[in-house]
Amino acid sequence: MHPFKTFEGRVCPLDRTNVDTDQIIPKQFLKRVGRKGFGSCLFYNWRFDEHGNKKADFVLNKPEYAQSSILVARDNFGCGSSREHAPWALQDYGFRAIIAPSFADIFYNNCQKNGILAIRLDPTRVDELIRRGATEVFALTVDLEQQKLSAANFDEHFEIDPYQKEVLLKGLDEIAMTLTYEDEIATYEKQHETVVH
Amino acid sequence: MKPRTIIEKIWDQHLIHEEPGKPDLLYIDLHLVHEVTSPQAFEGLRINHRPVRRPDRTFATVDHNVPTSENRETKDAISKLQIETLQKNCQAFDIELADIYSPHQGIVHVIGPELGLTQPGKTMVCGDSHTSTHGAFGAIAFGIGTSEVEHVLATQTLWQKRPKAMQIKVNGNLGIGVGAKDLILAIIAKYGISIGTGHIVEYTGEAIHNLSMEERMTVCNMSIEAGAKAGLISPDQTTVDYLRGRRFAPKGAAFDHAAQKWLALASDDGAHYDRTLEIDASEIQPQVTWGTNPSMGASINDLVPDPESFDDEEKRQAAQKAIAYMDLKPGTPIHAIPIDVVFIGSCTNSRIGDLRQAAEVAQGNHVHEGVRALIVPGSYQTKKQAEAEGLDQIFKEAGFEWREPGCSMCLAMNDDIVPAGKRCASTSNRNFEGRQGTGSRTHLVSPAMAAAAAIQGHFADIREFTAIH
Ligand code: SF4
Repeated sequence: MHPFKTFEGRVCPLDRTNVDTDQIIPKQFLKRVGRKGFGSCLFYNWRFDEHGNKKADFVLNKPEYAQSSILVARDNFGCGSSREHAPWALQDYGFRAIIAPSFADIFYNNCQKNGILAIRLDPTRVDELIRRGATEVFALTVDLEQQKLSAANFDEHFEIDPYQKEVLLKGLDEIAMTLTYEDEIATYEKQHETVVH
Repeated sequence: MKPRTIIEKIWDQHLIHEEPGKPDLLYIDLHLVHEVTSPQAFEGLRINHRPVRRPDRTFATVDHNVPTSENRETKDAISKLQIETLQKNCQAFDIELADIYSPHQGIVHVIGPELGLTQPGKTMVCGDSHTSTHGAFGAIAFGIGTSEVEHVLATQTLWQKRPKAMQIKVNGNLGIGVGAKDLILAIIAKYGISIGTGHIVEYTGEAIHNLSMEERMTVCNMSIEAGAKAGLISPDQTTVDYLRGRRFAPKGAAFDHAAQKWLALASDDGAHYDRTLEIDASEIQPQVTWGTNPSMGASINDLVPDPESFDDEEKRQAAQKAIAYMDLKPGTPIHAIPIDVVFIGSCTNSRIGDLRQAAEVAQGNHVHEGVRALIVPGSYQTKKQAEAEGLDQIFKEAGFEWREPGCSMCLAMNDDIVPAGKRCASTSNRNFEGRQGTGSRTHLVSPAMAAAAAIQGHFADIREFTAIH
């Protein structure tokens, strides 16, 4: 995983609550065995009509949001299926941070494991970003080290678990890190050797 | 000792490492694997030259993609590749696989309990959100993403923050014709799809205690639809009785010893929950969802709601979008909604008890003209059991299709698809836009309600239906 660095990116407002992972990446794209290339399938049924033509009114299809790297949405983003294809698709499309008042647990974890910063923000501040994003193309600076979001006339601190922050900032290989606890795992296994199948 | 919930008891038992400012390192007893969320995890192991730490604590099957036709031939080349990839991975990493022609094949959350792999007190994970199903046995079971699948394969552990505990207490008893599916749909309709976020839910109360194991699985299965990390029910005699004699359950004296330990896991009186909700089971009516998330539900005798009736602006907009997608008119009686397709299956409702309920409704009746109705047993074992009881004959005579086991139309990754614009009464768990096929419209119901809809061609109150027919 690459270390997460401070960046400035364009905001894309997605004015919806309860965006589920079936919408983020529909099931017909889950049959692949790799991690790459899912960006073209992101929000497929919202972006394309039944003939594969772009739907002009969907926010991602509007030219001014084409290069966005920060997605802002409403409550309970990423609910439903555990498919990690959802963050893979968001990342492959170019999103590096997602802002919402709340996220579904598994999705939040999946973002973390892929170096995408999921930021929980007060609903009124999210509302402000969405309204502003709808009328004006603007960029936001995301500084994980300082836990700060900033833009012209916008400054906001955000909370993140210190451990999760460290993993993202360093781009840690979590498995390699866990394997340094090998002795403890082995001891646990010896003490709890129950019948397995 | 301070009274503890079952959640705390299991958590404490599985703690390998604990340190302030960090999540806990938790031991995982059992890892279930399927073809869709695992290929990239095995690939990660290969790239880093890592073995699977405990193949003996890992069990795999193919379910999401598999065809449910009799010859089970996968026509779709990409699905085929995914199935073959799992076969190769299981062979290379020495993992037991209930393959497509195996007598143990089935939906991962149906075969775990059926084989006795699922047991009280275990920590269990699977790259699938409905892993919460296994909590019915008093296990901490939750869904994980593919990176975590790789982590568990490599280390048999996960870093997890201790979740909060929520109690949902269901007082009284469910009325006749009202089942576990109605109960969980009613809970989600009442409290919404994010009420459980950050929590493990323990279901308690008289109504829960009186449910069979299969019904408990239906309830725990849909905990994720309430946003919960997991759902569980403290083990009792019903749990013990279900597990006796199962393939992977302990045998003889070891079973009795295990049973004692299991029963001791039940939450102590006076244990602390971060939040408690209480509902009265006797008030619950048969449920049907009208919208595009599981909380958009109503009782069979209700009307499709008018979005204007929601006082919250966000809810109003969401209801408007949902009703437009579902092509419904506000004010239409729920029972008058016509149906094109009926799907009885999925990890929520494809067990033998579910099939028996549906068969009872189907017996002596016939599927309505123009309706396609599928029965997809959750596992090969369930299918055999149903056939031994003659349920397949009842269904076939009534005009239902009797299929081979798999996830099937629950997410329509195989050929079982609801065509665009068609309306399906489904016993599955998600009514998201396009879930059962692009442009498809899903109404979530219980197996009995689905069978009744198949026969009437529209929804029907199962309580009256049974009285008339
Ligand atoms: S039946 Fe449906 S919900 Fe259950 S595991 Fe299969 S796809 Fe997922």
